[in-house]
Amino acid sequence: MYPTDRLYTKDHEWILISGTTARVGITDYAQAQLGDVVYVELPEVGRQLEQGTQFGSIESVKAVSDLYCPLAGRVTEVNAALATAPETVNADPHGTWMMAIELTDPAAASGLLDSAAYAELVK
Amino acid sequence: MTDASASAHRQTPLHGRHVALGAKMVPFAGWQMPLQYAGITEEHLAVRRAAGLFDVSHMGEIEVAGADALAAVQRISTNDAGRLEVGQAQYSALATPEGTFVDDLLVYRLAGDHFMLVVNAANIAAGFEWIRDHIAGVGDAVAVNTSSRYALIAVQGPRALDVVQPLTDVDLAAIRYYRFATGEVSGIRATVSRTGYTGEDGLELFVAPQTADRLWTALMSAGRHHGLQPAGLGARDTLRLEAAMRLSGQDIDGTTTVLEAGLGWIVGWDKPDFIGRDALVRQREAGVDRKLVGLEMTGPGIARHGYEVHAGGERVGRVTSGTRTPFLEKAVALAYVPAAGAAPGTEYEVDARGRRVPARVVPLPFYKRPR
Repeated sequence: MYPTDRLYTKDHEWILISGTTARVGITDYAQAQLGDVVYVELPEVGRQLEQGTQFGSIESVKAVSDLYCPLAGRVTEVNAALATAPETVNADPHGTWMMAIELTDPAAASGLLDSAAYAELVK
Repeated sequence: MTDASASAHRQTPLHGRHVALGAKMVPFAGWQMPLQYAGITEEHLAVRRAAGLFDVSHMGEIEVAGADALAAVQRISTNDAGRLEVGQAQYSALATPEGTFVDDLLVYRLAGDHFMLVVNAANIAAGFEWIRDHIAGVGDAVAVNTSSRYALIAVQGPRALDVVQPLTDVDLAAIRYYRFATGEVSGIRATVSRTGYTGEDGLELFVAPQTADRLWTALMSAGRHHGLQPAGLGARDTLRLEAAMRLSGQDIDGTTTVLEAGLGWIVGWDKPDFIGRDALVRQREAGVDRKLVGLEMTGPGIARHGYEVHAGGERVGRVTSGTRTPFLEKAVALAYVPAAGAAPGTEYEVDARGRRVPARVVPLPFYKRPR
């Protein structure tokens, strides 16, 4: 259910690390709780984010939720396709990244959950 | 919301059906109600394009009967119930002496001396007390809270009549908008009303609670090939907002007047007296300071209930309802703004959690069904 190639936060983001860069999205559990996603607000490229800081927000028809950065890093790219097709977050949450970051400290994955631990959290 | 407090909320007669359908249940106005089944967007579009089936049994019914029933209703309701024929319904307000809202409601004339007032779930107890207390001096009229005698099922959408007609001998097409008839639907005694809260054509069926599950099942079977889908409170809210129908307790309440809400058309100005009349007449003559308008967001972002409306760097109003509507695919909102700045085309900014999103006043309703 939850891919083993990445790590997860208790706030229901996933982070897929590849060397010194990473991509961030939200989990299937999160999209199911939100319902139909209609808008994703993403950060500006170049912004420096600390672990746990809000990097954007996601709105469903009913509600708005904050997005938190799983690890410290600098934003290198945002998924511009989400501006016109936010519903892909519902359709394919684990295949839909929101932003890419250059990690400040690639070794520091402290406090993140692996697939099994995350699956246990949302069981 | 803990399980303990959720279970303290009342269940409609269709609760088991919602759970069996996999609905996401939420507490709403003291009830456990289905928020969504397949998803708000899908349900919303089903109602715009085919038909949706809603359990709205949480709504309240208060009946007023007696030789002076009309005078009693005329006293508490802003609209002119004297214009109602038997078999006709009208939208109206229960107003305070200040012309603000106790609630909005539908007034049904069941007989010459017998009315049914359909009020919002959150206001059943308070509304009933208000009505009972304020008709006490009118004469021979009594108000009875008959909410527990009714389940209410709405079938809404362009195919709604096609769904229901095979189940009844009542000629549905002959029931005009805001009219009702009584008859049997799938063998179940029902009051069939050509009304709704979605901006679409449709019916609302008042039935005895013990028959609600049987009726729901019959409607689902009859409606499947028409594209009928169960629809929850989430879609009900986005549908009514697209149609710019006010939500009591959110767009209209004890702080906003009937005129500020843009509902002067539900005031019976020719009636000699009703609660709130003096205040509303004064406000009509002096003019309102603020008005409820439609906003369309012209920048990226969605306005939500409670967000501030700004102009020239100053806070000048507030959003009462807002969403991105599934059918129009636009972010729209209802907001109170200064009356001088209520004309379509007027530009504002909405403070979306610290981010200023440009918005423009647009005419209401946002959505009008094709006829």
